[in-house]
Amino acid sequence: MSNSILEGANATGDDTATNTAADSPAPTTVMSMQQALNRALDEVLADNPKAVIFGEDCGRLGGVFRITDGLQAKHGAQRVFDTPLAESGILGMSVGLAMAGFHPIPEVQFDGFAYPAINQIVCQIARMNYRSRGTMPMPITLRVPSFGGIRAPEHHGESLEALFAHVPGLKVVSPSNPHEAYHLLKYAATRPDPVIFMEPKSRYWQKGEVDAATHDAGGGSPTGAKVMREGRHLTLVAWGAMVSRCLQVAELAAEDGIDIEVLDLRWLKPIDAEALTASVRKTRRAVVVHEAPLTSGLGAEVAQLITQSCFDTLKAAVERVTGFDVPYPSGDLEDEYIPNIDRILFGIQRVLEYKRG
Amino acid sequence: MDTLLPVASGGAAGPLTADELRELYSLMVAVRHLDTSAIAWQRQGIIPGYAPELGQEAAQVGSGYAVDTTRDFVFPTYREMGVARTMGVDMVAYMSTHKATWHGGLYNPMESRLAPIQAVVAGSVLHAVGWAHGQTLDQQDGVALTYFGDGASSQGDVHEAMNFAAVMKAPVVFFVQNNGWAISVPTERQVAGGSVAARAAGYGIPALKIDGDDVVAVLEATRRAFAHARSGNGPVLIEAMTYRRGPHSTSDDPGRYRSLDEERDGAGIDPLERLRQRLLAEGIADEAFFAEALAAAKAEEEQIRTGIQALGSRPGTEMFDLVFQETTPALQAQAANWREESEHV
Repeated sequence: MSNSILEGANATGDDTATNTAADSPAPTTVMSMQQALNRALDEVLADNPKAVIFGEDCGRLGGVFRITDGLQAKHGAQRVFDTPLAESGILGMSVGLAMAGFHPIPEVQFDGFAYPAINQIVCQIARMNYRSRGTMPMPITLRVPSFGGIRAPEHHGESLEALFAHVPGLKVVSPSNPHEAYHLLKYAATRPDPVIFMEPKSRYWQKGEVDAATHDAGGGSPTGAKVMREGRHLTLVAWGAMVSRCLQVAELAAEDGIDIEVLDLRWLKPIDAEALTASVRKTRRAVVVHEAPLTSGLGAEVAQLITQSCFDTLKAAVERVTGFDVPYPSGDLEDEYIPNIDRILFGIQRVLEYKRG
Repeated sequence: MDTLLPVASGGAAGPLTADELRELYSLMVAVRHLDTSAIAWQRQGIIPGYAPELGQEAAQVGSGYAVDTTRDFVFPTYREMGVARTMGVDMVAYMSTHKATWHGGLYNPMESRLAPIQAVVAGSVLHAVGWAHGQTLDQQDGVALTYFGDGASSQGDVHEAMNFAAVMKAPVVFFVQNNGWAISVPTERQVAGGSVAARAAGYGIPALKIDGDDVVAVLEATRRAFAHARSGNGPVLIEAMTYRRGPHSTSDDPGRYRSLDEERDGAGIDPLERLRQRLLAEGIADEAFFAEALAAAKAEEEQIRTGIQALGSRPGTEMFDLVFQETTPALQAQAANWREESEHV
């Protein structure tokens, strides 16, 4: 599968701060998500001598998205290395490295390439702690450039969170901006359990402020959801690239006097049910937005969690605005598939206009 | 004709001593007796199922005997009871997997240097490569020994593992027990070209195709392979030709796919009987020794059976507690709910 089209996308990135080193003291910096992830990995390698990064083109090239740019030169080819082009091999060897006391941080180059490794992820990585009765932890942080939105070839725009979240033994997280990317990756890469880290590839080159010193100024838990915008009338629940779109929607709705709260779920497993409850108890309405197909998507899980805890106070059934039950389409039709501002506004309208009886 | 790349010589030990040969026999008798007894246990309802290894005692004992448990690590399938016994693993804890107590068995894999019992065919071959690469990164001299069969050799993971190991020069010994059958499918319908060892050359991996029913040949080959890998020469593949004399599992019915005549012809001489004849011929052991070995095996089996029968179910809380190192609120809530709604608190 050729990635040449995608490599061109890197040209739009600003590489002035590509190699922000662990020694950079500035607490707040404006950087892209690609730079934030790169910096987080740099610091993880510096902090933990047992952390190793590997995958297809992760070494000399720095990855097709340059997330590991410069890390091999800085930390050595033993710590950051290229593997043969075989995803099952990459994930299978992660198990053995974890057994040998390492903290593997493998990369699967694109979401769709996780499928050839599903056996190792589901039957091995997710179960080894259990199978070994806790004697063989699997501190594996699997980075997966995820979701759509970059006009990529087939199998380069998949949203696999429901699939991963359904597997006992895995944890799943997705950052929505550079600040979240920096902190969530640093957190995930120090956990003793396997974490699927889903990077929204369409957001790699958008910049944002990163406060390296503090993750949640409001004192939230690193395993919890985060209110990105407070509101009174309705809660939009989203993750990954859909968070910034929902924030845009909230601004537009505000012009019509609709005050929307945007909750960045962040962790897709475990889901922060308390945060969902707290938000929807207040707003009494919820719409969940995701790129993945509708049926058995994570939106169903979110809707049920909300219904269970907020049934008495809900003004309307939880609405879902999602991708469709179709194979992820080619670039020309991508904007028809991914929830856009209009479709999210329609979803909001359906909830707001719902009348009982 | 197979063209196998040569294994580096040197570093291998000299001829086996009489003590070693007698120990190998005792181990093989212990494994044979426990293996055949386990089928009886299943028929008696002591365990729900078992995957016998009848006929593979030489391949398993001979290879397991080469392992240095202070530095090596072994990656089994679900049919390596003989390897586990040879390595000195607690056999009640090992056999507990067949009692349906816990999938991976109750033994501690890190302490016993034996990865948990693996039910996915070829599932752990890549793990061995990762562990071995870890030895390289840590500048240690441990070797990973990974077992799989002729059936598993068809899996893509075996190809990926051999390629990865060769590219990374990982210290791995791939030990193939070619027992002629993958449940009902014979090797000729499974392995194109007829030899897994022949494939190794395609990866630049040296290979040894050996008589897997000759325990001495197996041990010597495995020691050579270990010495090769330990010296930084990269992986080795051993294909031990043997025969699955019994069914695939206690649920299998070989009568549906092979005749008794075919079984007799394919099996050849019993590996245990072969060693017995050799020890007699060389004057290393006598009938009294054999009787003593069998008596010891019977006493051992009785002890293991008693242990298995005494084994209670694990507490249900372990279902929840052992999923993660750091549990989740959802899992805690499910555990609390289970406790409340179930009787076995």
